[in-house]
Amino acid sequence: MSDVFHLTATEIAARDASGDASATEITQAHLDRIAAVDDRVHAFLHVDAEGALAAATAVDERRAAGEELGPLAGVPIAVKDIVATKGVPSTAASKILEGWRPPYDATIVTRMREAGLVMLGKTNLDEFAMGSSTEYSAYGPTFNPWDLSRIPGGSGGGSAAALAAYEAPLAVGTDTGGSIRQPAAVTGTVGAKPTYGGTSRYGLIAFSSSLDTPGPCARTVEDAALLHAVLAGHDPRDSTSIPQPVPDVVGAARRGASGDLTGVKLGLVREFSGEGAEPGVMAAFHDAVDALTKLGAEVVEVSCPHFEYALPAYYLIAPSECSSNLARFDGVRYGLRVGDDGAKSLEEVMSLTRESGFGPEVKRRIMIGTYALSSGYYDAYYGQAQKVRTLITRDFTSAFEQVDVLISPTTPFVAFPLGARTADPYQMYLADLYTIPVNLYGGPGISVPCGLSEGLPVGLQIAAPTLADDRMYRVAAALESAIGTLTPGELS
Amino acid sequence: MAAISREEVAHLARLSRLAVTDQEIDLFAGQLDVILQAVARVGEVVAEDIPPTSHSVPLTNVLRDDVVQPCLTPEEALAGAPDAEEGRFRVPRILEEEA
Repeated sequence: MSDVFHLTATEIAARDASGDASATEITQAHLDRIAAVDDRVHAFLHVDAEGALAAATAVDERRAAGEELGPLAGVPIAVKDIVATKGVPSTAASKILEGWRPPYDATIVTRMREAGLVMLGKTNLDEFAMGSSTEYSAYGPTFNPWDLSRIPGGSGGGSAAALAAYEAPLAVGTDTGGSIRQPAAVTGTVGAKPTYGGTSRYGLIAFSSSLDTPGPCARTVEDAALLHAVLAGHDPRDSTSIPQPVPDVVGAARRGASGDLTGVKLGLVREFSGEGAEPGVMAAFHDAVDALTKLGAEVVEVSCPHFEYALPAYYLIAPSECSSNLARFDGVRYGLRVGDDGAKSLEEVMSLTRESGFGPEVKRRIMIGTYALSSGYYDAYYGQAQKVRTLITRDFTSAFEQVDVLISPTTPFVAFPLGARTADPYQMYLADLYTIPVNLYGGPGISVPCGLSEGLPVGLQIAAPTLADDRMYRVAAALESAIGTLTPGELS
Repeated sequence: MAAISREEVAHLARLSRLAVTDQEIDLFAGQLDVILQAVARVGEVVAEDIPPTSHSVPLTNVLRDDVVQPCLTPEEALAGAPDAEEGRFRVPRILEEEA
């Protein structure tokens, strides 16, 4: 484990700061690693070697000039390809945006660049972040570094696989129903969904605007917290951005790493006691709960009776918002245009463009959303789902009167073989059973490795009250101190 | 009983501006039926008096200061367009031609 690409972001930053290594050397080592393994992993849709080396050189020059740099300056990072990056292709893994180069950076990318982070490239995902396996990418799937015949989770499978394959020490994801946390769980990495509104959505290619939340992906809890601190904060360009200070997530992660959870109350959700989950996942989860108890935490069972309706409510709300958001792909302002032969009308060209540019899952969700919003069905579907969302929020509020955080497995099953769940779309949706309630409520959630089942990683999810992101980092770091990080075998 | 018919799927595709094929309609009809029957479970919850939640952050009327800020140039805005002409997006025919 002596290669540069095995270092965590914290270790890289220390080397950079002490002059033991330059940002350029660190960046080149990761580009070499990508060149060596990404033909097998396919975590990246686009590698920007030139841009990365230029950014690294700039960091080295600033440091040489004696400038005081942030704690992640010179650390390489991979960015999910649903985030707009100026001049660098941003496809959302869709054919409809093939070759599109945005004329601006997302706010989180601006913050990343200002912090001196070095963007290596853009990572694969399920098309428009709709999926749980990265198999719905229009550019081919990503493969799980733990077992290349299995999925890396989704939608952010590219970002998670890049971490697990040591192609990048940090990555950016987006989480609408679990797209940061579930890939983290099945790749043995750490992924955090901040409080909704805690990180800016400006420059995210919109899927479901009331749920989309960008956040950090890393191999350790401290690294995730450091990136969280860079990405988060109020943005006047996002009208749902919360105008409040960011909780001290880095301090909380460091405090948690001491391994003392005395006085912390963990809530076990009765309705998530294992129905539908693999026995091996539940066994690893229960071992982790025992480990947390040994650190001084108290475990209390709580009831959240409406959680069982979270999945149905989500699969009405998210498709409804997506059917509206994806109307912007009309073959006029950017991306693909099909069938414009001079004879066809705008509407025909639009329909042919969307038919050709969208993959099957995106089409399904647009049609489900169109159905749920149509007159005659609105009250029974979309309207009712919004009421259920209120009840789920109330379940969280009352649970957090009794406990500090809620814990559960992140996802009911370990990484499944490619192709296992594509024939029946609803089977794919079940991967997000435990992550979706957190999105509907809007609070923060993190997945942290908690053990193995059948030799594959299992993740534990910690959910905290809105704006108490620091609390989940403390518990996550404590668990990490007890269990350690998970390391896959070398890629063969 | 199926929640959605083949004809309804074809209608949804038209509303969604998707020129789907007949084979796709057959495939989607079955799949959408499974999904709609599953999500219809929200109807089991008694919620007449419950207010809907559209958003988890209770912010309203968020406005920015009315000051001029830098924005894209016309060239930047048109750079990603499939077709542009004279500084504008060029679109296919919108109106039927007069006979």
